[in-house]
Amino acid sequence: MTRRHVFTVASQGLGGLAGAAIVLPAVGFAVAPIFHRGKERWEAVGPVGDFVEDTYRQVVFTETEGIGDAGKTTAYIRRSSKQLGEEPGKFIAVSNRCAHLGCPVRFVEAAGNFICPCHGGVYDFQGKRIGGPPVRPLDQFQARVRNGQVEVGPRFSVTSQLEPVRARDPGEFTGGIWEYLYPPRPSTFPPPSS
Amino acid sequence: MKLDSLIPAPLRKPAKPGAGNGAKGPAPADLKTAPPERPSDAKKLAGRAAEAPVDVLAWVDQRTAASGFLTGMLFRKVPKGTNWFYTLGSATLFAFIVQAVTGVFLAMFYTPSTTQAYASIAHINNEVFLGAIVHGMHKWGSSVMVILIFLHMGRTFFFGAYKYPRELNWVIGVVLLILTMTMAFTGYLLPFDQRSFWASVVGININGTGPVVGPYLSDFLRAGPELGATTLSRFYAIHMLLVPGAIIALIGAHMYLVVKLGTTAPPWLKADKPKNAVPASQLDAGANGVDQGDRS
Repeated sequence: MTRRHVFTVASQGLGGLAGAAIVLPAVGFAVAPIFHRGKERWEAVGPVGDFVEDTYRQVVFTETEGIGDAGKTTAYIRRSSKQLGEEPGKFIAVSNRCAHLGCPVRFVEAAGNFICPCHGGVYDFQGKRIGGPPVRPLDQFQARVRNGQVEVGPRFSVTSQLEPVRARDPGEFTGGIWEYLYPPRPSTFPPPSS
Repeated sequence: MKLDSLIPAPLRKPAKPGAGNGAKGPAPADLKTAPPERPSDAKKLAGRAAEAPVDVLAWVDQRTAASGFLTGMLFRKVPKGTNWFYTLGSATLFAFIVQAVTGVFLAMFYTPSTTQAYASIAHINNEVFLGAIVHGMHKWGSSVMVILIFLHMGRTFFFGAYKYPRELNWVIGVVLLILTMTMAFTGYLLPFDQRSFWASVVGININGTGPVVGPYLSDFLRAGPELGATTLSRFYAIHMLLVPGAIIALIGAHMYLVVKLGTTAPPWLKADKPKNAVPASQLDAGANGVDQGDRS
């Protein structure tokens, strides 16, 4: 090993170190949001008496703070129904975000279905997919009662059997092997234990 | 002729061999009887002024030696049969330059904030002098660039211009196509109206449908679990800093290889026959011992 060789390797190593000292923080800065989970947020959307078993009531609340109207989202809320075999005394808040690609669905009272305007996704009264391209039922929000007010909280996704799982983006399957092919993201909240 | 005298000698297009007779004209006969007047100071000054642009160019050329590169690039040979289809690449480059120039001026009035982006675009369109035109050029120009880049790609494919030794230039071109699509995708969110918001929601969610990495990719694009303020500034940074830089660098490499390797002749053009070629039928005739006849 010659003196020239030592200096060549040393200067290349130092150059690489200096390059990494610039690139790595920049990459970390850009990638960090993937691993960051925001503060859990609950918002009151109306008194308990406003909600019934056999139809939904539309509420608009803030999901992302600080960006005005763009941070708002819509949920359809009802009381849990004995006829559908649901645990009594709960509130069910169905997200209007289509499980296909995220367009806003609306609840059509006459049909008792959720219908998506973009690509024709159709969901039944409970939010299960009954037609079109969506890959899973509609997402839901956690719901609780505080001081006589219904409050909605973090989003969660459900399997085709309506079992809660961590929130997935639209277009991603849930349940079974899909839980591994579309892994849960660190930026989402754990699902409610039901 | 007059234009030629303005160009410094090394930059002039070389005369074709055999064009001039190589001799100086004869001296005027009346040189002794009526000698030419000495030029006045004003005339000398005018002469110097007329030479000034050439002097400046020569000064630069002496210090950069750019003329050799420029003559090589500007007067390079192109194959016979080169036609209008060969301008699609330059047209795409021109579309990119239009996007770059109009984009710089739009950035002077645009605010990449979720609460102000839409208002700033409305301000550009409705109140800024010629704002609607500059914004319109950028908006429609993006479609023009995408269309032209596909036509250019089609020309390259159907003319077989991607073959040896130009494969690497095809690869660079494909990367440029992807970067152009990235520009179109990230630029679409910036007006932050209903259309661009929901188009970006759908576009990001399509990215998320890729198995295993998809969910993280869509989180990366949004900078979080929901489309928000950081999404817009992230798209803005990608749209006006990251991707344009990469596009400019790759266009440089793309054009270097075009000049270095030259362009191809269109596929319908056959290679030139040598001037004294013998028709194949006569070659056979000669082999069979028959008289070969006239060879002109």
